[in-house]
Amino acid sequence: MLAVECIELTKDYRAGFWRPRPVRALDHLSLAVEQGEIFGLLGHNGAGKTTTLKLLLRLIFPTSGEARILGQPAGMMARQIGYLPENPYFYDYLRCRELVEYYAELANVPARERRRQVAWALDRVGMAGAAETSLRKCSKGMVQRVGLAQAIVHQPAVLFLDEPMSGLDPLGRRQVRDLILELKSRGATVVFSTHILSDAEQLCDRVAILQKGRLAGQGRLETLLAGEEDKVELVFAQAGPPQRRVVARAELWGELDQLRAQGAVIHAVTPLRRSLEEIFLSPGAPPASGGRSAAAAAPAAVPVEAQRR
Amino acid sequence: MTSSATISVARNAFREAIRDRVLFSLVFFAVLMVGAAVLFSQMSFGISAQSLVNFSLAAITALGVILAVFLGNQLVAKEIERRTLYTLLAHPVRRGQFLLGKFAGLAATVAVNCGLMGVTLLLALAYVLPGHWAAGEAAVIAALYLILLALAVLIAIALLFSCFASPVMAALFSLAVFIIGNFDQNLRRLGSTAHSWLGGHAAILVADVLPNFGGFNVAAAAAHFQPIAWRLLGWDTLYAIVYAGVALVLATAVFAGRDLK
Ligand SMILES: Nc1ncnc2c1ncn2[C@@H]1O[C@H](COP(=O)(O)OP(=O)(O)O)[C@@H](O)[C@H]1O
Ligand SMILES: [Mg+2]
Repeated sequence: MLAVECIELTKDYRAGFWRPRPVRALDHLSLAVEQGEIFGLLGHNGAGKTTTLKLLLRLIFPTSGEARILGQPAGMMARQIGYLPENPYFYDYLRCRELVEYYAELANVPARERRRQVAWALDRVGMAGAAETSLRKCSKGMVQRVGLAQAIVHQPAVLFLDEPMSGLDPLGRRQVRDLILELKSRGATVVFSTHILSDAEQLCDRVAILQKGRLAGQGRLETLLAGEEDKVELVFAQAGPPQRRVVARAELWGELDQLRAQGAVIHAVTPLRRSLEEIFLSPGAPPASGGRSAAAAAPAAVPVEAQRR
Repeated sequence: MTSSATISVARNAFREAIRDRVLFSLVFFAVLMVGAAVLFSQMSFGISAQSLVNFSLAAITALGVILAVFLGNQLVAKEIERRTLYTLLAHPVRRGQFLLGKFAGLAATVAVNCGLMGVTLLLALAYVLPGHWAAGEAAVIAALYLILLALAVLIAIALLFSCFASPVMAALFSLAVFIIGNFDQNLRRLGSTAHSWLGGHAAILVADVLPNFGGFNVAAAAAHFQPIAWRLLGWDTLYAIVYAGVALVLATAVFAGRDLK
């Protein structure tokens, strides 16, 4: 049984009362998310990520197509679902603990377990110390954390997080990453949207890339990002400031031998992968040379010394 | 799916009203009441009690209407606008349960407010008419009960408008319905004597569709301590339940298929 399934999901928004021509926000999107997976919805602003998640939660209704969660039509499985909306806003007359308690109550967490679950959820998002703070006094990042706490308080089987890292400081982003991994280890399925490639790279088992409401690719991120022409970026210095050169992988060793013969110091050898940008712009485009792609691929940098031995 | 979601939503709506200091209106009312009691006690015996009851029931109605309209108009619109509904409806809460909970929460808020005002009125009455306890109190209590029924209907209507209109429009519509509904009898009379066929039927149609708020108003009888007939209380109770019920069902129908932008 799939955790989440979208079948030819299409959504038209009415542009305005006087403009009958609708805006197609989602165009025959088909997705499949396995249970226990961390699945990324990638795309630029306006690509249709939020629309997809709202359709899955039945907050809006599809123009055509179907969404299923754990094999049931979306909307039937609310008990098993956690949701963090984009830029969440909560009742500001409540304290953080009261808010999470309210959602636990709505999610049918039994009264005797509620207190413990709420404390657990607030602790996991780093808000244990601010449990009694009024939401009116919370910063954007704190609200985001409380939003995460209400999404996980009933330990749902499937989580939908819309840009969960937005508004968070580096520590917060790290905590959210750890939390998502912890949820996965507890057997939950996590679907989250982001427009930041590195967030997806560090977490996702698989991703779907959306482009103007259409599916531009779906699968493992490494596969999607691998260029057809494998290129490598060399950074080296030769009696002066460091220079950069992009070569085909087949020519790498020859190039290195040549540089060494010239007495150059090799700083880095980095496989170049297609950036998200390139996938968006044209599905078959070769990787551009330059630092932008390399930055996206930074974690994969290989020290030259290690490669020699 | 149990009705516990409805109760949770209702409790939270009540909590919101309390924390937004809605009950401060009571302090205002109490001051008004004390002032009026002192003023009216200068007058001759019977007249002072009559004026006090008339004045207070009108004040309770006015404050109740203000609460019903200006909290009811935002019940749904505010939750959509601030997107607090997203997380709510992601939980096992049906849209109908949400609406019913919101209705119950505001109805409880208004009932507590008006109930406490009513108690103040009864105390003031005991002060103005010492020793006459129980003669007219039953009539006053019945009048208060009918005011609460009318307010429940008004809240359901405000909620219905709140499902598709902006808060400002919803408030205007609900106020208009309340005012026109108070002139129900006049509308019918107008309808039956109008020279134009169309105008006459239109007036009667409006009178039929809009709730007859005038039918809940027994302040004049209560001020004279005339007993209020049980039959009237029964009929008005039924009328309020049916009318509010229909408004809530309509609200659910409007809201159920609506995209939350
Ligand atoms: N309520 C709405 N009414 C009209 N158009 C909308 C509405 N919500 C989103 N859109 C449009 O649908 C497209 C997809 O938006 P969205 O799903 O929010 O994108 P993302 O979350 O990927 O940034 C955008 O072009 C946006 O302008
Ligand atoms: Mg979005």
